[in-house]
Amino acid sequence: MHLVIIGNGITGVTAALTVRRRQPGARITLVSDESAHHYSRTALMYVYMGHMRAQDIKPYEDWFWSENRLELIQATATGLDTGRQQVHLSTGVTLAYDKLLLATGSVTKRYGWPGQNLRGVQGLYGLPDLARMEQDTRGITQAVVVGGGLIGVELAEMLHTRGIHVTMLVREARYWGSVLPPEEARLVDQQLTANGITVRYQTELAEVLADADGRVRAVRTTADEELPAQWLGIATGVAPNLSLVQHTAVETDRGILVNEQLETSVPGVYAAGDCAQHRQAGAGEVPIEQLWYTGRMQGETVGHTLAGQPTPYRRGIWFNSAKFFNLEYQTYGQVPARPAAGSESFYWEPANGQRALRINFDPARSFAVTGFNALGLRLRHDVCEAWLREQAPVQTVVAHLGAANFDPEFYRQHEPEIVAHFNRAFPQQAVQLRQGKCLISKILNL
Amino acid sequence: MSSADSSLALGHSPLPATNGTERTLLTAVGLGLLALLVAAFTADVEQARLSFYAGLALVCGGTLGWSWYKFGRGEEGVQQNNLWLRSSTSRGAVAWVVGIVLTGFYVVLYWYPHYLENLVRTLDPFSLALRARPADQWFLYGTFYTLAVLVMGGRALWKYRNSRYQLVRTGSVMFFQLGFAFILPGILLFFQKPEFYFTYFWPLKYDYLFPGTVDYLIKDGQALGVFMVFWGALMAFLATPVLTYFYGKRWYCSWVCGCGGLAETAGDAYRQLSDKSRRAWRLEVALIYPILGFIILVTLLMWADRLLQNALLGSVAGGLYKTYGFLIGAVFSGVVGVGFYPILGNRVWCRFGCPMAAYLGLLQKHFSRFRITTNGGQCISCGNCSNVCEMGIDVKQYAQRGEPIIRASCVGCGMCSNACPRGVLNLENGPREGRYQASPLIHADSLRILS
Ligand SMILES: Cc1cc2nc3c(=O)[nH]c(=O)nc-3n(C[C@H](O)[C@H](O)[C@H](O)COP(=O)(O)OP(=O)(O)OC[C@H]3O[C@@H](n4cnc5c(N)ncnc54)[C@H](O)[C@@H]3O)c2cc1C
Ligand code: SF4
Repeated sequence: MHLVIIGNGITGVTAALTVRRRQPGARITLVSDESAHHYSRTALMYVYMGHMRAQDIKPYEDWFWSENRLELIQATATGLDTGRQQVHLSTGVTLAYDKLLLATGSVTKRYGWPGQNLRGVQGLYGLPDLARMEQDTRGITQAVVVGGGLIGVELAEMLHTRGIHVTMLVREARYWGSVLPPEEARLVDQQLTANGITVRYQTELAEVLADADGRVRAVRTTADEELPAQWLGIATGVAPNLSLVQHTAVETDRGILVNEQLETSVPGVYAAGDCAQHRQAGAGEVPIEQLWYTGRMQGETVGHTLAGQPTPYRRGIWFNSAKFFNLEYQTYGQVPARPAAGSESFYWEPANGQRALRINFDPARSFAVTGFNALGLRLRHDVCEAWLREQAPVQTVVAHLGAANFDPEFYRQHEPEIVAHFNRAFPQQAVQLRQGKCLISKILNL
Repeated sequence: MSSADSSLALGHSPLPATNGTERTLLTAVGLGLLALLVAAFTADVEQARLSFYAGLALVCGGTLGWSWYKFGRGEEGVQQNNLWLRSSTSRGAVAWVVGIVLTGFYVVLYWYPHYLENLVRTLDPFSLALRARPADQWFLYGTFYTLAVLVMGGRALWKYRNSRYQLVRTGSVMFFQLGFAFILPGILLFFQKPEFYFTYFWPLKYDYLFPGTVDYLIKDGQALGVFMVFWGALMAFLATPVLTYFYGKRWYCSWVCGCGGLAETAGDAYRQLSDKSRRAWRLEVALIYPILGFIILVTLLMWADRLLQNALLGSVAGGLYKTYGFLIGAVFSGVVGVGFYPILGNRVWCRFGCPMAAYLGLLQKHFSRFRITTNGGQCISCGNCSNVCEMGIDVKQYAQRGEPIIRASCVGCGMCSNACPRGVLNLENGPREGRYQASPLIHADSLRILS
């Protein structure tokens, strides 16, 4: 079997590794234009900030690919002929495939703002973007970032390390308003303030203004304010990269449409990761998942299918994490921005406001926990996952909270304070702390 | 990588300009170094002493002030902006100059100590007060070494003040260096006892279990000497396995050891330079275990020789001992180990050469409760953990597979856990059953990373 994979991101690479493991004899070719070797997109910011060099963000050393007989081609796939089962490459080569995986990722979304194509206006998705940003932010003093999500805050942090003053434009009334409850958003806002980032909430981009050389000079906001800026970062989201499949038999909507097994409308052609759109997303799940983790899980699932063991994609219990300047964030299960009807929410934040823990639970289902948000605290993924899967009652969870503590040794343990706070908030469910941090071993076989 | 990122190459990125305060503080350090140099060339003891102490005060004060200015103010958290963009920490010109100066110092110290004579004499009053004897080149070295650990320890305390683990650990290496590797040996000499370092054991301090040293300690130190011999043997053969069983080799390498202490403090800015490649790992294995074997062999031969009253080997054992002392004790641990900090990283000796680390590593790998746990599926393969690993462990290889990190070389400095932006890594001691168990939340690919 010759498997051709377009895209060497986490999705394509995980699929390739899964197939290699399950079918040692398969021929696997990875085609990608952005870089010769797989690199970690999530680490782009650290290269700009000088924490690492470009070669340090490659998850595998270069020998890895040939030793595992994964053929790498650095080229753009320019044409797809699903009838003949061929992919045309920018190098003039035509590749014949038995099975094809599209893992083409995303492109930065732009909303047709006047002046959006000026020099100095860009998103941050890949290595060419990073190189452009490096060039265009040299020696500047002011920048604007549009978008109050994860990439927006990353851009702000990057620019901040170069001493560039940043103003963020955020559409909602609070940071990441579609995802974070108000209390968590306030803690992130404190980070932004502490680092000298100016934020304009409920404000959008109206127009980008040019200087004489066709570079961005300032932006005008929907509040009709003119903000001087020599660079403008677009962080209003990404959209599936459909360039290869347009005008082919592969059906698309916003993304490449796939069924449960991540197969497209054309048999033998699959799509996964950022570029795929699920025809039927699971309950409470979005049809297009644009995360490193979901890319890895989809890549693995489709790898099984490609290796001859058809496997439906099941995301499992939701988790995610991020870091806002110095504030770490982890989430497990469902913690919607606004509480779901009937569900209760326990929120703890110490007086100094450096961290927070939220536990959502459902009183109607014997107080089963439904989600966790942790800020400035590290929680154990497997313990939280087990509690959510087994629908452990919130009383059990709070009483054994130490079992989920993943903070390093000698860190202050907040469990007694959290339990006291819980007992004040929910006197009917009052509990006693049964398990501090040290007894983790017990709970692991819960 | 692709041509697209070629513009990210080193040295092209403009760093924020150093401001007046920073320049003043660094000038103080520079002037201090100059004053030390002047002292080295001043024959008049009084004048040299003035220059020497003024120099030390400027170097220490300037470094502390600069560290506070750089790391001690503002938000606490991971502070490594521009690490790979600065010439001093990315093998640039500054790093080479520092490396050559350090190496030069070691060469003079080991083989041309008479050039240090003027500096040594300036320390006589201090040495007389502490040790009741005039200073020598090793006392000068010990003083510099301890000051480096203390002053740069201050820098580490400010830089890593977000992490209690780092605060406690840094305090520990500062304490053991000052108390057990500097003051206590001095006091022992003051009371006419054998100079003894209670924090160094065989096989790092290999001669502590050589017949010659044992004889000398017992003869010269009487009851205390017997205790010293007993202590050395106890630490090497009982305490080391027991403590390593419970806590991993970190109890020694990054909490107690003086070499580790210097690496963690003075060498902290160079931790990212360690080579993470598989090639380097192979070299490590090919060097460190043979060195351990060599010192075991030398020790056994010395005892055999002694039991047979020189009948068997004659001078062979002594020759081996000398060879080891020169190659490993001086060239490797000193010249290369510290002199090359700015080029090869701060743990070259610990990783490639130290027989104690090899011994502790074998224990850690096979008989210990220590591991670095990875947190389920949260790793984003960003590589920050591998970057800060001073022992050159490619930590992300394990984290991105959801596997715990159990490596002979890990000294448990905890920096990977601190640098990880997703809270994935945690140093833990736990039951040995299932120690290698990977997280079921990532389906680890079983492709080999080291054949
Ligand atoms: C700055 C940044 C930070 C992020 N941080 C996080 C994070 O912290 N956590 C998280 O969960 N997610 C994060 N994400 C999202 C995450 O990185 C993506 O969801 C993930 O990388 C998508 O992987 P993928 O393999 O599906 O696609 P991609 O990684 O985009 O890989 C697709 C590759 O295919 C190539 N390609 C596309 N079309 C063609 C063609 N026709 N021919 C040849 N090659 C082609 C592209 O150039 C690209 O290299 C971040 C994203 C960015 C941009
Ligand atoms: S620093 Fe954390 S997230 Fe990044 S590669 Fe290491 S373990 Fe993974």
